[in-house]
This record gives sequence, C-alpha cells and structure tokens, in this order.
Amino acid sequence: MPISILTTRRWLRVRRPRYGVVLLFCLLAHSAAAQAPTFRWAGDAEGGAPFVEADPSHPASVVGFDVEVAALMARGLGRAPEFVQITFSSIDQSIARGDADVGLSGGEDTMTRRAALSLTIPYYEFREVLSVRTSDTARFRTLADLRGRRVATLSGTIAYDLLLRAEGIHSLEPVSYDDDVHPYSDLLLGRVDAVLLDHVLAERRARALPGFTIQPDAVAVGHYVGAFALAHSALRDTCNDILRAAMRDGSLERIFRKWGVWNDDQPRLYARLLAGDSVPPVSLRGASGLEQDALESVASISPGQVAERYLPSLLRASGVTLVLSCVSMAVAVAIGIVIATGRVYGGRAIRTVLIGYVELMRGTPILLQLFVLYYGIAEAIRLPAFAAALIGLALNYAAYESEIYRAALEAVPQGQLEAARTLGLSERQVLLLIRGPQALRLALAPMTNDFIALLKDSSLVSVLTVMELTKQTQIFATNLGSWVLPGVLCAALYLMMSLPLAALARRLERRWKAATP
Amino acid sequence: MESRDAVTPVLQFDDVHLQRSTRQILRGASFDVGQGELVAVMGPSGSGKTTILRAIAGLEGFQDGRVTVGGVTLTAGDHDSATLRALRRQIGLVFQFHCLFEHVSALENICLAPVHAHGVPRDEAERHARELLKAFGVEHRRAALPRELSGGEAQRVAIARALAVNPRVLLMDEPTAALDQDRRAELGALLRNLVEQGRTLLVVTHDEEFARTYATRTLRLSDGRVS
Repeated sequence: MPISILTTRRWLRVRRPRYGVVLLFCLLAHSAAAQAPTFRWAGDAEGGAPFVEADPSHPASVVGFDVEVAALMARGLGRAPEFVQITFSSIDQSIARGDADVGLSGGEDTMTRRAALSLTIPYYEFREVLSVRTSDTARFRTLADLRGRRVATLSGTIAYDLLLRAEGIHSLEPVSYDDDVHPYSDLLLGRVDAVLLDHVLAERRARALPGFTIQPDAVAVGHYVGAFALAHSALRDTCNDILRAAMRDGSLERIFRKWGVWNDDQPRLYARLLAGDSVPPVSLRGASGLEQDALESVASISPGQVAERYLPSLLRASGVTLVLSCVSMAVAVAIGIVIATGRVYGGRAIRTVLIGYVELMRGTPILLQLFVLYYGIAEAIRLPAFAAALIGLALNYAAYESEIYRAALEAVPQGQLEAARTLGLSERQVLLLIRGPQALRLALAPMTNDFIALLKDSSLVSVLTVMELTKQTQIFATNLGSWVLPGVLCAALYLMMSLPLAALARRLERRWKAATP
Repeated sequence: MESRDAVTPVLQFDDVHLQRSTRQILRGASFDVGQGELVAVMGPSGSGKTTILRAIAGLEGFQDGRVTVGGVTLTAGDHDSATLRALRRQIGLVFQFHCLFEHVSALENICLAPVHAHGVPRDEAERHARELLKAFGVEHRRAALPRELSGGEAQRVAIARALAVNPRVLLMDEPTAALDQDRRAELGALLRNLVEQGRTLLVVTHDEEFARTYATRTLRLSDGRVS
C-alpha cells in the first residue's frame, strides 16, 4: 500500500474557480485530514528495500514492509501515517528530538537503543549471515576463518559491533560502508573477503548480484523493532498491543509474506512474545566464535569507561585523518604548483587543458569524484580505499591550490621580475629564486585555510570505507545513542590537529616578515 | 675630461623606432655613450626616457633600429634568450623605485645575481657585496629587508646590486626623484666617483641641476628623437 510522501498538502494546489465543486470537496477533505492526527514515522528510503524504498511506479510514494508496519500501527491508533525521510544513521537522534513519532527502517534491537529510546517488541527476527565469494565457500564459513581478512558491513549496526569484537579475537579487519550495495560489489571485486549483514539484505542482494554465497550458519540472531522517544513510552505500549494483535491475527505474516521475507523463525518469535517471554536483543550463534558477553552494551557502563573504550579507535581514526590530510595536501600543493606554473608560463594549448582540469574539479562535487575513483573505474583500476581517498582529495584540492598559486604568482610585481631579468637570471631562476618565494608568502594564508578545510573535508572519504575521525565518531554516537560525548571528543581531536597547524602558519608568516640574515 | 671624439662608444642606440600599442614613442632615436662617460638623458614626462633604458636592457622590443652594448647587438623584433643573457652581462639597471627583492636581505639582494647568474662562489660574492655596501656607506644595513631601508639606503643597495656583476654600463632611471638636497649631493658624488673609476653611466633624469653638475654630456629627447 503506497503511502504518499506529499501528504494532504497536495489538495491545496486545486484553486481554479470553474472547479468550484472539486475545490469545495478538497477543502472539506483537507479540513478532515487536518483534524485527523497524523502518525509521523521516520525511515530512510535511500536503498531501503524491502524495508522502505521509493515506489518505482510512483517515486513520490514509498513502499516496503516497514511502510506497511507503520500503516498498521497508524490504523490501530486511528491516525494517518505520514512518512518522514531521515538518514538511517540519524533516525534515533531524530526520534529523540521529536522529528517523528517512531523510527522504522530495519531498526535493530540493542541494549544501547533500549536504554536511549522506548523500543517496541520485536516484529521480525533476522539472522546475521556471512556472504563470501562462491569460490571461497569452503574456506570462509565462520568469523574465525577470516583471520587477517577484510570483512564488510554497514556502519552503526549490530553486525559492525560484532566485527569490532571479532577484530580483537579473530584478527579480522572490519570495513564499514554507508549502504548495503557496495559491500557486495566490493566482495566480488576482491576488495573485501566477506560481508556480514542481515539475511534480509544478503538474500535480496544475492538475487541481483550473482557470484557470492550466503553461508548457512548464522553468526548471530537479532530483531527489528520500532523506536519511540523515551517520553512516548505510553504510545509505544499502545503500538506494542497493536503489534501483538497483528501477530495473532496474521496481519504481520501477510505483510512479510508479501515482501518474501517470511520464514519459520517468525512464528517461533511471535509465540514467545505472545506468551510473555522476554527476548534478548542479540543472540550469538556458532559462526561468530564469540562469547555472549562480548556484546556487553556500552549503555550499561559509565561515560568514563565509554570514553576509555572508544578513545583508542578515535585516536586511530584521527591518525588516519591526519596522515590522509597531510599527504593529500602535499600532493595537492605539488600538483597545484605545476598547474599554476603551466597556466602562467605555458602556451595556449597547455593553458586550455589546465583550465579545463581546474573547472572540472571545481565544478563537480568531490563526493562524485571519490565515487568515480573508487567505484566508477574499479573495473579498470582497482584502487585500494585509502589510495583512492588520497588521490581523490589531492586531485580536487590541487585545482583550488593552483588558483591560489596562479593568483599569487601574478601578484608579484613586474618590477621584481624585470629587476631579476636585467641582473642576468634565467626565467627558471626568476621563478625559483624571486617569483616563487614571493608568491609562496602571498599564498601562505589561503593555503593554511585550505589545509584546515581539507582536514575536515577528509571526512567525506568515509564513503570509500576509510575509517576516519568523523565516521568513527558517528559509529561511536550511534552505538552510544548520544552525540554529546562523541561530539566533544571528536571536536577536541579536530582542534588538536588544526590549531597547531594554524599556529605553525602564523609562526611562518612572522618569520618571513623578519629580516633574513 | 676627454674630448667626445676620443672616447670609445660602449653603447650605441641606433635609429630605434618603438611603438607601444598605437602610440609611437621613439621615432629613430640615436645616440652613443663612450667609455667613462656619465650621460644624462632629459626630456619632458612621457617623452620615452625610461623606454630608452628598457629597450637597452631588452625589457621592451622595438620595431626598427639596433642597440649595441659592449659588442652585443639587439635588433628589431623578439630577442632570443642567449642574446639577452649576453647583453645583460654588459649592463646594470637601477630602477626608479629600486625594485629590490622584497623577500631577502640587502646583502642577499646583492649576492643573488653573482652567485646564480655568474657562478661566483657564495663566499666571494658575499665578500664583494660587503665591500660594495661599505663603499656606499650602508654596510650596517646588510641584514635589513628592503622595506626596512630608507629611500636613500634602498637606492644605494640598488646601485650596489647593479654593480655587483661588474657591468660595462650602468643605467639609472630618475635616481634623484625621491632624494632631498643633501642626499642628491651624496648620490652625485658617488656617481662621479664611479665615473672616475672608469664606469660608464647613462642616467635618465629631469633634474636639470643634477645633469648640469654631474653629467659629462646631456642628451635631449623630444618627439621620439634625441638631440
């Protein structure tokens, strides 16, 4: 049942007098709709099938089993469902701040979320399963078989948390993605050796992308739940009653059968819930090779312990951010100088090519450039994620740097150049000894500005699975259910990197102003 | 002073026509300067005095005529880099606004060309630079950046820089423009001293008194021609 994203505002568009009757009807309908309270539910329609996705035949509407679960709850509450698009990783924070009544988008049941939100009873049980290339089916059956290997998953999920725990025990390398498509395409490209995700996602991807096998033994079992703000626990309780009724009368079964995800696990789950049994959020299975207490929630420990637990990974991510920023800035400066020199001294053909490069890099989003480098040309050149990130940032910033240097080179007074020429210096010497050093002094302030901007823009490379500081903080915040502590730590780490840089630039400026012996 | 006929021409400016955009600046200007002369070029503002210096230094091309300095000849049109380099070994140019290199000290301004364009070892170049600065009375300012120098000091450093490569002809553009009476007299004495040492100077100026007092000969530029 498609649900309109545009809601009742559409009616207001009918205004022409000759459709007076229609207008009157619409106004009445609008009035009625305005009086009926809405049930605002949050989900992420971007790549969210079979949970939530844009309806292919009516892109303004969304479809999916979570859409129907939301409609079921709304019906039970006597309200009109209204979809609110929220990025998956921000759903919990949006619910907590009141952007919507409930979050439903394959949201997982975890101890942390239980502490931070009012979660519904589970309405679906899923298995965390390993997907491996078909040729590796016999080799990689469990997490323990993946020692030293890269294992992909979605960030901020139980699967990612499992991989973090397994990292210490099985020495595998977790690789975080922002979507559930690229982990599987990278599996086939050989960039990762396995993918750990919900069986719902794995099976859907297997239908579209042949070449990998889903291992039969689950790593863990988890559940999808709806999430309300803590203050809305009464509404949550009502929705729990609605869900229990839907379990009894087969409404939920019909929804999940319709979307092809019904299996024998669900009746067992419903029977336990209807009998009043409590269901643990996550249960580990044999393929994990982990102890159950490995999933201890961060919500059950003190903020100090939380910081202690996450600080090493934040520091590691800061290191990635710093190295990535420094190296890509160094490359950008080198390329920028070459481009600027070519634009000032080169012939028309060279200048045209270089202007084209600068305009292409400045005129297209850096995210697009990163995607093209990592995914777009992967069939021809399979760049490692870090190399693609470094090259992408360097090539993009080189365009901006070149404009700074070109302007700086052209700002050096002609008299300085003519004085150097009449002294017998060659054009190359004029550039290296007079024009370049003077231009560098002019370019220092905007260069520093760019370096600090690059330090922050480096967070974009998380789309290429590079675990830098912002991404690590986001995962930290998702697992913790709060942005306060992670945000403060993250900001402090960024400042620890950028402030010395600004101080160094100021010192250089002062030194260059002082007399040269 | 030697008679005009006896001196050997070091610089020959021969029937030079120079047009910038649509404006004809030089219309067959000709003159020569002999060894050990201090020749002043005078004329109204905009008459092309500075353009003559720029043409001699190869900073500006001309459409017709020729310029010869110390046996190196520039002809009309674009100049190749080898000819320019050879010509610039013969001249030193002191700009009206000095054009000292802003990012290095007075001493480094003087050492730069000997070391990098003439291959003089740095120690030797520095020693020579200090001697020049001392001779011009600004040795104590050797570590100062150009912006820290007074107008008179900057001019002396600029002259020292031009002389550091031992040019046959020293070209100067309006050297007294920013000087008071005392500084002008000091500069005149300094230039006269250079002439006595056998240097050849071509000085563009519109300072009648300076030209009358210190020049061995004065040329007048009018309507693009020299008289």
